[in-house]
Amino acid sequence: MPSAGHLPVGLHLTLPMDTKQTLVFPGRFDSLAAIREFITRAAEAAGLDERAIYAVQMAVDEACTNIIEHAYGGEGRGDIEITWRTSTDRLTVILRDYGRPFDPTGVPPPDLRASLEDRNARGLGLYFMRRLMDEVEFEFTPDSGNVLTMVKYKEAAP
Amino acid sequence: MELTTERFKRCDLIEVTGRIDSLTAAQLEEAFRAITENGRFRIVFDMSGVQFVSSAALRVLIDTQKTCKRWNRGELVLASVPQRIYESLDLAGFMPLFKFFDDVVEAVGSF
Repeated sequence: MPSAGHLPVGLHLTLPMDTKQTLVFPGRFDSLAAIREFITRAAEAAGLDERAIYAVQMAVDEACTNIIEHAYGGEGRGDIEITWRTSTDRLTVILRDYGRPFDPTGVPPPDLRASLEDRNARGLGLYFMRRLMDEVEFEFTPDSGNVLTMVKYKEAAP
Repeated sequence: MELTTERFKRCDLIEVTGRIDSLTAAQLEEAFRAITENGRFRIVFDMSGVQFVSSAALRVLIDTQKTCKRWNRGELVLASVPQRIYESLDLAGFMPLFKFFDDVVEAVGSF
């Protein structure tokens, strides 16, 4: 387990431009706060602005919630492995789980114009991930499980 | 996340400080339910101290709004919503579903 996740604040300024870290979290909702801290340090190390940092926090939170609820079908049934990598122009976040294969094409987009009675508020998580990040890509292989790769560029995409 | 509730004559006030994610959204849901199960459906949600909302929080707001507005018995209104949070609500298409107030006094006074 890399210990770089515990670097004191500010030290990242002296790290080389390309940095990478991986941590494994239990697939439980009470991991979300620690995941948010881990990913916030990543976004800060990548040099993202405050607005982009919030977007990454939210996208990763939604992704982890989806993994817990859908891939694992509940809390405490498997781990979430999170890797982040910074490079000159972007932050890349890779989330891996070993739950059920996730097929994003099976999730209908939310109807944002539906009346209150017809809103079910489901499907918002995936929608937020796609709106908040510049790239979102799902992959599944029996050996490596679900691999979700999300990218946020420093210059916000239009 | 910290949560306080206050009961006024014509409405109830919920104030949250901190982050509402899939873990803490359950607490928020419980707090709203405690009010509606008491037969009270006019609720002000003071969001001035909210630092983060996930879709789990938005689900709670929609479900609570449905409960409150049923048979025109009341409404959940949102007060002092920070800019970042407002943007998330906007992205989720919440604008037509909720009334927004700049401050809590104004929101409480609307009932």
